[in-house]
Amino acid sequence: MAGDARATQPAGWLSRKRKWLTSQLTHLRSGLRGFLRIMRANPLTLVGFVMVVLIVSVAVLVVLLPPIGQALVGHPVSILPYGPNYYPSPCPTRIVTTGNYSYPTCTLPPSTEHLLGTDNLGRDMLSRVMAALPLDLAIGFVVTAFAALLGGSLGLVAGYWNQPRTIKGAISVAILRLTDIFLAFPSLVLALAIAATLGRGTLPTVLAILLTWWPYYVRLVRGEVLVVKHQPYVTAAKAAGLSDLRILIRHVIRNILEPVTVYYTLDVGTVLVTFSTISFIGIGVPLDVPEWGNMVEYYQTQNLMGIAPWTILAAGGAIFVTVLAFSLLGDGLRDVLDPRSRRALAQAAVPTTVAAPAALGEA
Amino acid sequence: MVIFVGKRLLQLVPVLFGVVTITFFFTHVAVPNPCAAWTKARTPGAVQACVVTFGFDKPLSVQYTTYLQNLISGNWGTNSVQQPVLPSILRAFPETLELVFASLLLMVVLGIPLGVVAANGAGRWPDHLVRTFYLSGWATPTYLGGLILAIVVGPALGLPYTGDFSSAKPPGWEIVHMSVIDAMLRLDPGALADAILHLILPATALAFLNMGIATRMTRGSMLEILPMDFVKTARMKGLTNFWVLYRHALRNSLISTTTVLGIAAGGLLSGTVVIENIFRWPGIGTYAFNAIIGYEFAETIGIVIVFAVGVVLANLVADVLYGLLDPRVEWR
Repeated sequence: MAGDARATQPAGWLSRKRKWLTSQLTHLRSGLRGFLRIMRANPLTLVGFVMVVLIVSVAVLVVLLPPIGQALVGHPVSILPYGPNYYPSPCPTRIVTTGNYSYPTCTLPPSTEHLLGTDNLGRDMLSRVMAALPLDLAIGFVVTAFAALLGGSLGLVAGYWNQPRTIKGAISVAILRLTDIFLAFPSLVLALAIAATLGRGTLPTVLAILLTWWPYYVRLVRGEVLVVKHQPYVTAAKAAGLSDLRILIRHVIRNILEPVTVYYTLDVGTVLVTFSTISFIGIGVPLDVPEWGNMVEYYQTQNLMGIAPWTILAAGGAIFVTVLAFSLLGDGLRDVLDPRSRRALAQAAVPTTVAAPAALGEA
Repeated sequence: MVIFVGKRLLQLVPVLFGVVTITFFFTHVAVPNPCAAWTKARTPGAVQACVVTFGFDKPLSVQYTTYLQNLISGNWGTNSVQQPVLPSILRAFPETLELVFASLLLMVVLGIPLGVVAANGAGRWPDHLVRTFYLSGWATPTYLGGLILAIVVGPALGLPYTGDFSSAKPPGWEIVHMSVIDAMLRLDPGALADAILHLILPATALAFLNMGIATRMTRGSMLEILPMDFVKTARMKGLTNFWVLYRHALRNSLISTTTVLGIAAGGLLSGTVVIENIFRWPGIGTYAFNAIIGYEFAETIGIVIVFAVGVVLANLVADVLYGLLDPRVEWR
């Protein structure tokens, strides 16, 4: 058989390539089946997943459509109904009466022309909220990814080389002590202090979050590594003479990826909320950059909650919907991937007859 | 157990040292001279006088050792108008503690039953409903929830939404600076009702945003316990579902929930920075906010110390409670 194949395919690489492709396809198919299983286990996870996909697509369209339109039809195309900072002058006004005073404002309530209404300068709220989406989403993804990478690699080192009385062990202890110090900080307070001293701007805010966010991942990854490194397959790999680096990459990292991914999904939302909180306090993103947190802050200082609540609710609601999407997805994934709660869920769904004693013995 | 607690308290020392050092160098390196921001009269003379008074002209290492020496001897420095930091923090901290305890109470009273309901209906609509509820809390930015409660809900319900009392109290009236306890100590029912009314909105805001912590944990551990034999025995005895859930299963699942609540208390401290600022609560969150905005380094470091001690102690209390509730735990 093998000789036959070599005769028909002299290069040899083609059959290897095909074998590789088939194995990849099998992986993909089993991955897809696992995905469908997760989605079926809890409809809310599916809702979260669909919401995340929609939000990400809108963000991608907001960023990519103008240059694509420029290239194809010669002028930028946008899915934003208006420019985020465009305001008609003079703006269409409405009369607001509070107490004994009546005065004109540019704040128009939601209508078919302005789906989310307009703000105190007559700017379209829907456009503003959508224009802020790419920045906020990117911050959530990128800052969390950096924190996970930094904290994750430190946790990997601290978990894998923890033999006492060696130089590597001493490094691990040093990492853990530093992590303890940073974990004792209330992260928001430290982030605020850093953001305040670095001055107002997008980059300082990102730095402030990054500097306070990595310790969680050290704890998470270290705990997982401590479990995985005593598994028989790691021992087998060691016995086979594989280098530490190879064991880490091929065996350890692959097996801790699942919990880290789940935690990451949940964390994207948390980072987004923290980022917008720093902006809300007025030491984050400057006002000329559309961002949800500083929109809420600006409209609140303009006292729009009473006369035009849709401005604050549109910006705050955007954060709420985005974070809710990631939380629904992450929370559902956590349930399915966590073996303890998976077993419990299975038993809660199926009348407990035979499964319980077996599971208890296993635990 | 005493040895365990002692050991953990000893570990607090290097953590605090690290926290102080990191905050000190962050603030002083990023802003070497805050005097320009501090002095109202922006004349070179005033700024120079301020620099000399606070020693910002000295090398950083000298400033650091001076600060550490003062800190150890109990002098936490002064702010830009020469007010000592420590008394202000000691005065503000109980107010925050009161707020945190009130929210913890709400989280226990509302969050734990919700978790039981979710576990009882796992995979069905009560579960989904509860999950949507606590994830909504999680997804609401603190400031948005606070603003809606303060500006929309508060006036609509006629609840007070600023400060901890309707009227200023005469100096010396407040004994421990926790409004409810002060009113009790003064045997003043009017002030007590007033203090409780003032607590409702900020405590609700803080609790709603963190409701998921208690609910999720209760649901998870209930799901682990419900299939166990003793629960089945209770059911076979013919006990009602309510009795089985709350009397037998919940008792055993509360162990992990208690631990998580202890850790959550540390996290609630962070939330107070925004919530207190919105509700004008005279606690350490408002103090922290003003200190950070105003480049008050001595105040900022003092707050970070207090918060770090709070977080570490909350974790310690959680561990001790866990050991007390579950006799199988070894103290080590």
